Amino acid sequence: MSLDFNDETFRGDFTYRNSARAIKRFPFPFPEDSYMYSVNMEPHVPGPVGSVFEHMFDVDEHYVSEMRDRAQVLADDPLRCQSLPHMELAGWDLLELIMESKARDYPHWFSLHRDGNQWHWINRPLQIEQRFTFMDASTLPCGPMEYITRQTQGDFTLQDQRDDDLWIEAGMVTTQADWSLDFDIGMSFKQWHAPVPLAHQAGIFDRALKFLLKLQHGAPVRRFNWTMTVDPLLDTSPENYPKWGPSKTTMTPETVGRRQHLRVELQTLHRLPRSNAIAFPIRCYLISFQDLVTVPKWARRMHRVVRDIPDELATYKGFIRNKALMLDYLAPFDDGLPTSPGFAPE
Amino acid sequence: MTKTEFEPAIPSRPVYGVLHPAVGSAHLFVADGEGAGAVCDALTSAPALKAAAHVIYIPGANGSDHTGALQALGVAQFHRAPSFAAALPRLTKVLADAHMGMQIYAAGTEGLMAQVAAAAQAAGLPYEAVQMEHRGSLARRVQCVHCKGVTENVTLDPFQCSHCGLTLFVRDHFSRRLAAFQGVCIDAEDPGQIPASVERFK
Repeated sequence: MSLDFNDETFRGDFTYRNSARAIKRFPFPFPEDSYMYSVNMEPHVPGPVGSVFEHMFDVDEHYVSEMRDRAQVLADDPLRCQSLPHMELAGWDLLELIMESKARDYPHWFSLHRDGNQWHWINRPLQIEQRFTFMDASTLPCGPMEYITRQTQGDFTLQDQRDDDLWIEAGMVTTQADWSLDFDIGMSFKQWHAPVPLAHQAGIFDRALKFLLKLQHGAPVRRFNWTMTVDPLLDTSPENYPKWGPSKTTMTPETVGRRQHLRVELQTLHRLPRSNAIAFPIRCYLISFQDLVTVPKWARRMHRVVRDIPDELATYKGFIRNKALMLDYLAPFDDGLPTSPGFAPE
Repeated sequence: MTKTEFEPAIPSRPVYGVLHPAVGSAHLFVADGEGAGAVCDALTSAPALKAAAHVIYIPGANGSDHTGALQALGVAQFHRAPSFAAALPRLTKVLADAHMGMQIYAAGTEGLMAQVAAAAQAAGLPYEAVQMEHRGSLARRVQCVHCKGVTENVTLDPFQCSHCGLTLFVRDHFSRRLAAFQGVCIDAEDPGQIPASVERFK
């Protein structure tokens, strides 16, 4: 593995680590000291150099190890990647979007040569070289969505648009915050969000759907979501819940700083040109509490968010049983000083 | 039979109406258990449909069997099947052979109606093409999210998955594609700590 990428695990011995640079660029998701649901969309435009927003698809030090973890999840459970038959065109749209973006943004790692429909793709970090015919799935080792998302960090779903609704009809989902693609595939926008508490009544999904139905090609948007995960486990799937559930019960005051992770999802939404589908990458970033508190503003704010969150949300996000343990760890880092608005460190 | 009053539920759970005989070239009814009552009501209110009606009936898992009442309707075709699985090849054939204008009605348990709608969708029809009326048992069809096995006629919560043996709590989250509610291990975080089952779905 090259020096650009960590050799680490997201299971078993959990050797996942963030470098000092990764901590500095971590996408801390709270712009203020409290949290409640909001649609909170903004244009997905390039951000500061070095930030996770610099490029369309962020490739970071965890890339190679994350792709190895995805391959293992898929070997264990192929149902984590599914595409209903009419979604192949959207898969090609996604493949094109990712290959063009990565070849443009990271030319030292990725190359794409196009000669009509004869494409030549080189992925140096994963040591992949592929010549194929664009729009001819028989020239790839698997479907286009699966092919490119085995080489791209983050979960992906593809939404078909019809009847003034969005239908989740394809996806690659191996780093999910406890939801099942196999169960939800084929559902409408409000159906697959049905289990989320409070937000329906607040009109969140009405507004979000209305907004997304009008999403334009070439004008992607982004938002954050977050939850809490014990140990840097990417695959917190409902399928494997009996395997990872017990880990929530074994944290102690001595281990909470190392084991408790803030899990941030950078969600982007892209209208696709041929299929008119919407691609929804859900990129997961993990940071341990002990790394998070090295940034004073984040430490203060994390304490206030966890302290003040409604129990219903803490339950839904799955950390109510460890809330007291988390607060005991975070409280000493909160000196009561005001924090500045926005995500950035002071 | 009384029609079922449902508590307000989360948006993935379908809502059901009342069967309204519609104008059509043929009329396919699929019902289980107390759903027979909805078929009888519909065809009694529109007796002219009987000559073009095909009724497929599955007695309820709770023992309710209204075969006699349905036979007495005098429809063009009546078939009594011992289970939905046994009825499915016939249903698939009828849907494949259907001409434009065939009306489809499903009545009875949620699991039965959802499976009829799934069969119709597999034949290329939209979900909305199937009229549905809930009657009788609230027993649920539940997919275990862990092993993917489906347990039929679940009345208890939590219940034991009939495939992998895990104890599952039953969510209201419903997949039309799978025609099933979702079951999730109740003691995943604290193995062995299982609350007593209650009969939530009679």
